[in-house]
Amino acid sequence: MATPVLDKPAQDATASHLITITLRVRRFLPEVSDEVTWEDFALEIDPKERVLDALHKVKWEMDGTLTFRRSCAHGICGSDAMRINGRNRLACKTLIKDINPEKPITVEPIKGLAVLKDLVVDMEPFFQAYRDVMPFLVTKGNEPTRERLQSAEDRERFDDTTKCILCAACTSSCPVFWNDGQYFGPAAIVNAHRFIFDSRDEAGEQRLEILNDKDGVWRCRTTFNCTDACPRGIEVTKAIAEVKKALITRRY
Amino acid sequence: MSTETNAAVGPVEGASLYDVDHPAPIIEPPRQRTRKTPKSTRGNFELAAWLFMRLSGVVLVVLVIGHLLIQLVLDGGVSKIGFAFVAGRWASPFWQVWDLAMLWLAMLHGSNGLRTVINDYAERAGTRLWLKGLLYTATVFTILLGTLVIFTFDPNIR
Ligand code: HEM
Ligand code: SF4
Ligand code: FES
Repeated sequence: MATPVLDKPAQDATASHLITITLRVRRFLPEVSDEVTWEDFALEIDPKERVLDALHKVKWEMDGTLTFRRSCAHGICGSDAMRINGRNRLACKTLIKDINPEKPITVEPIKGLAVLKDLVVDMEPFFQAYRDVMPFLVTKGNEPTRERLQSAEDRERFDDTTKCILCAACTSSCPVFWNDGQYFGPAAIVNAHRFIFDSRDEAGEQRLEILNDKDGVWRCRTTFNCTDACPRGIEVTKAIAEVKKALITRRY
Repeated sequence: MSTETNAAVGPVEGASLYDVDHPAPIIEPPRQRTRKTPKSTRGNFELAAWLFMRLSGVVLVVLVIGHLLIQLVLDGGVSKIGFAFVAGRWASPFWQVWDLAMLWLAMLHGSNGLRTVINDYAERAGTRLWLKGLLYTATVFTILLGTLVIFTFDPNIR
């Protein structure tokens, strides 16, 4: 391909490329009302900006009561998972131009967790399930005097699941989790997988036992919503299947 | 730039029931994990049930497709089915075992499938209990009745 050439004068890049979008936000303000309502915000924005920028514009310039979580703004902290146009995504990784800005863009809190205010949900049940799978290295014997070595292949075995940022996009896209919130959920299983298949870890069996629960891996219905939702591109359903397989092969 | 909104938070008509010190109640997710939820619900039952669904499914492919072919397609299709046809087939232990296996596997597979559907969709404990009670009753009744018929079938009944 030829080198891209800037053949248009630079002043074109000022106002003309802005478009008008409608941001339709699902709002819950417990200090005002117990009703949940949709509110439309019309704003001008560069289509190459992200939904997070649009939310910032609303919060900073139009309505300071709009409440949402974000921290890094670069897809790594996992704070700003939300349901944008009916799909769970990170607001900071979703470009306006990619989600049909001609139509109103709907923004809702992720489902299956209690809404505290606007787009902020109570993540406690999600993190409870995460803590339940013991997401830390467990070893026996003395502390080695140097790093715990691992071959490149052994590292590769669980590489995919190390990428999780705990945004809850997967768990809150799972219809089984929506029902009663008792299912461990894909994120907890992904993070158990991270250690179960780590050659340095010695509590794999214990973690498998934890997930061999009535609300553990067997509640997974292979819907693939989690894989579709994951902003890190983790093959979530595959990781769950690997945990199921490990349970079956270790039991029989 | 337009800042028009359809004001959910605009000036509220009359006094609001809620303010910063008295916020509206938060809707809890149903059966959120609390201290009251049982600690251990581990066990191999769900594992066995999961495995049973796959294994019985594989066997059912053969049994059900064979059944459908024999009953509905081959040798004149449905028109041939009658008392004599059934009596003729059940005279052979092979078809007795076939139908018995199909009855048990399909009923257990189907009921376990519906059990997961109930777990996935029924939200209240009471609803679950009643639906499952109904399901298990129907399953036990059908399996017992079907088994009884296969074993006690009398071609000379009249
Ligand atoms: C013909 C071969 C069959 C195969 C290969 C098969 C396979 C399966 C599998 C693997 C599942 C589990 C799905 C999951 O866990 O997500 C399932 C679920 C189910 N099966 Fe079958 N099955 C067969 C025949 C039948 C028959 C004859 C019945 C009815 C008696 C039946 C009723 C059900 C029901 C109600 C479910 C639950 C639905 C769900 O979990 O989404 N199946 N089947
Ligand atoms: S697996 Fe993906 S979607 Fe799920 S919490 Fe981790 S990063 Fe988010
Ligand atoms: S703000 Fe950190 S992931 Fe989006």
